[in-house]
This record gives sequence, C-alpha cells and structure tokens, in this order.
Amino acid sequence: MNLFAQAVQWILDPLNYVGVNAIPLRVFEHLAFTLVTLVIASAIAIPIGFFIGHTGRGRGLAVSVAGAFRAIPTLGLLTLVALWIGIGLGAPFVALTILAIPPILAGAYTGFEAIDRRTVDAARAVGMSEGQIVRGVEVPLGLPLLIGGIRSAALQVVATATLAAYIADIGLGRYLFTGLKTRDHAEMLGGSILVILLALALEGIFATIQRFVVPRGVISSRSKVVRVRSSRARPMVNSAVEKGTQ
Amino acid sequence: MFTANRGRLALFGAVAVGAVVALAGCATGDPLATGSGDSASETLIVGSQDYYSNEIIAEIYSQALEDGGYTVDRQFRIGQREVYLPDIEAGGIDVFPEYTGSLLQALEPDAAAGTADDVYTALESALPDGLSLLDRADASDQNSWTVSKAFAEQYGLTDIASLANVTEPITVGGNSELEERPYNPEALTAKYGIEFAGFTPIEDGGGPLTVKALLDGDIQITNIYTASPAFADGSIVALDDPDNLFLPDNVVPVVSDKVDDGAADILNAVSAALTEDVLVTLNARSSNDQESADKIATDWLAEANL
Repeated sequence: MNLFAQAVQWILDPLNYVGVNAIPLRVFEHLAFTLVTLVIASAIAIPIGFFIGHTGRGRGLAVSVAGAFRAIPTLGLLTLVALWIGIGLGAPFVALTILAIPPILAGAYTGFEAIDRRTVDAARAVGMSEGQIVRGVEVPLGLPLLIGGIRSAALQVVATATLAAYIADIGLGRYLFTGLKTRDHAEMLGGSILVILLALALEGIFATIQRFVVPRGVISSRSKVVRVRSSRARPMVNSAVEKGTQ
Repeated sequence: MFTANRGRLALFGAVAVGAVVALAGCATGDPLATGSGDSASETLIVGSQDYYSNEIIAEIYSQALEDGGYTVDRQFRIGQREVYLPDIEAGGIDVFPEYTGSLLQALEPDAAAGTADDVYTALESALPDGLSLLDRADASDQNSWTVSKAFAEQYGLTDIASLANVTEPITVGGNSELEERPYNPEALTAKYGIEFAGFTPIEDGGGPLTVKALLDGDIQITNIYTASPAFADGSIVALDDPDNLFLPDNVVPVVSDKVDDGAADILNAVSAALTEDVLVTLNARSSNDQESADKIATDWLAEANL
C-alpha cells in the first residue's frame, strides 16, 4: 500500500506539473498520439472492412492477414521499423497503427455481416443503389460493431503507446522507462496509473458513443418507444409463435 | 440444475481465490524487491546487468565456477545499477561483474578521478561490509560521450570540452538513466558551458538503434560503452575525457562472503585472462554474429584453457 500512496503522491506533486516532463503535457502527448494513430488506422481499415462486408469478397484473406497482424510483437516491430526509418515518432506510429488495424477491420466487416440479409435485400428491392445501401442501410446498422472495434483498438493503442517512449521523447511511457531504470517505483507506478485512467476514460467515451450510434429501430431495450407492430391487425405469417415453442 | 449451480459456485470460488491471491501479492510492500535468499548457502548467485556484454562476463564467471564444482544460480539481466545495487548491498547476490569507476561513482558520487589502480583502491574501501573485490581485469568497458565521425570532423571535436565549438543545437540521446548520472548533460553544461537542445530517449543501451540515430543525425551525442563493436568501423568516435569525467571502468567481480578462496581463485584466473581485446571480440560475437552468451562463454573458456 505504501508504494501506492507514494505513486498517488507522485501524481499530485506540484513539481510534476512544470517543465518538459509535466504530467498534463505528457497526458496530452499520449492522448494526441493515440488519437492520431486511431484516425490513420481507421482511414485504412474502415474502407477495406466496408468493402469486405458489402461484397463478401476477400474475407478469408482479411481474416488471416488481420490475425497475423495481431500476432506481431509490437516492441519487435517498433525496433525493426526504427532500424529502417530511424528514431522518432515514425516507428512507434507505424507499429501502433498495425496494432490498431485488426480490431477496426474486424469491427467494420462484422458490422456489415451481422445485418439481416433480408434487410439488405429489401433495400435493394425498393430500388436503392449499392452506394445508397452502404450509406443508408449497412453503415448505420453496422455502426455499433464498428465503434466496438475502434473501442477495442483504442484500448490497445492507449496502453501500448507507452512504447513510443522507447525511442521518442513523448507520452506517459517516459515515466515508465525513467522510473524503471532509476528504480523510482513511485514514478513508474504513477505513470502506470495515469495510463490506466486514460484507458478507462477512453473506454467510457467509446461505450457512450457506442450506445448512441445504435439506430433507434434496432434497440430492443427501448422497444416501448418504437412501434413494434402495425396499427392495423394483420395475420402473422411464419412467426415464431406459429412455429411452436422453442 | 444442482450441478450447474455447483459449477457456477466453483467458478466464483476460483475467481475469488485468485483475486485474493493477486491482491495479497500487491499488499506486501515493494513488489519488485527480491527476497534475499539465505537458503542453499552452497549455491552462488551470479547476477548481471541488463547489458549484453555484462551478461557474457557473468556467464563466463558462472561456467568457470561450475567447472570448479560450484553450484550457480543465474540471475541475469536484472537491470541497470540503480536497480540491482540495493540487492548487492543487501547480500542478495554473491558474484556480480562490475565496472570499477562507475560503481565507485554510484557509491560515492564525489569520488576523485585517478588511474585504474587508484579507482580500484578507492572502490575497495567504499564497498559496504560483507562485499569485497577480486582482482580486476585488464579489460575496461567505459562510458563515453560519443559522436559520429562526420560530426566530429565538421566541428574539429577531439575531447568533451571541444563540444563548446559546436554551433548547431546538440540533442543528447540514450537510456533514460543517462539524465541522472554524474556525467549527465547538466554536468557538461556546468563544467564546460556546453548548451544542449534536449534529450531523446533511446532505451537500447547504446545498441543498434542508438548508433543509427547518431549516424542519421537524429541525435548528436550519446553514451556508448567503449568496448562496443560499433566503434570497429570508425564511423563513430568517443570524445577524449582529459578531466576524467568518466572514471576508469575495469571489469571486476564484486563478491559476497559466500565466495570462498577456491571460487575466488577461479574468478581471478578469469580476470587475468580478460583483456580489452578479448572483451571487444566477445562483444562483437554477440552483437555482430548474434551468438548467445552461453555459447560465447563456453567457447572462450575452452580457448583460454580455463
């Protein structure tokens, strides 16, 4: 417990709020780096995921490539890229983008795949073009799963972004490395706590977004609000009730 | 129904026990402290820094001791000096390959500069009770302020003080602990009036990333150990240190009372054979040929008839 008290003390120490190593600055760097990585990873993964989800083509390839990406050790990749392009932000950026792509890609195409085919066919039947189907039907319905994918990527990236400090003067990882190498465990734990808080905050934000992007028509828990059946009585065909109990 | 409930209960139980165990682990103060083992007094604990060259020396010590009939417990790659020194002082490690000057500076920050023998003598008296030095090796692996050859030629750099001639911003790179050491950039500013533009962490201990950063010009100056094979091709140069900012750093085994005369003789024989050239060759086999410390140590011991 003593160590935790020291870590909290370290976080609250006014000395850690000034200069180049100030906590707010490091938190900002960490967050900015995480968000930029997520935006770039999304820009790569979402269009590919939508294409796979809409056409159903290339799914096997995407699954295996994304799976292989997940297996890459980030520190190893970081070192490899840094030996190629040099130290600085480039290498951690590449390594973290590769870390973030698989969950976002999976979120994008599973979001499309989870949509009832009859809904898509209905949209096609009423004369919507393929573009309209993607924009008006598949994207909104697939959004909760996509946001879920981004949420999972955000969690991984915000935690792993500490590695950026291995070769660049950026982010909360600086506290971890300095604390580790100079045996300043309060600093190390304090830095870790800040990373955890940041991760929890991002989780909260994405969980909220995920709730709000669910289209009104498909929220089962709010079925009271949505009209569940037509005001005119109609014979029920092929419904579960007629099929018998399950 | 009953089984299902019991299964669930068992699951809850397992989770609860796991959580309690995990929390109990947290509660016992410093989670990184190693218990100083006093059991198995016949086993010698050999430690090493988180530095490949130091690990090779520790492996040589270990194998030589094992050949002499001792049982060895290897605790390698513990960390840097800040991390393991308390363990050594507490007697948790019996044999540790150290570097005379750096260890002296860690124990006595104001230690005076001097020759290799002066430093050795000063270190002997600075060591806490229960620890002693065996013979030092001829090999040394010193810290150095190192720049690229191109940078040195551009500004006619020869020694550390001449860095004051540099007109462009100087960025320092290296492990995080470099900022805290007695020869840190602040010390250079205080002593020679050299201004630095900033510090870039490169946490590979003067390894390939650091050398690349130096050659790319991402950093202008760094700390690379002088026995590093990176110096072999002449693309980087260590600046002279006439004021002995870095003390002579000869390899020396720091040992506890558990090391008896027989073991001491074995380690002294190793130190006697460990010359500067040998150390550079051993390091090159690790960093250029990617051989394991284990194999390098075995080969060298056979070669040196130890």
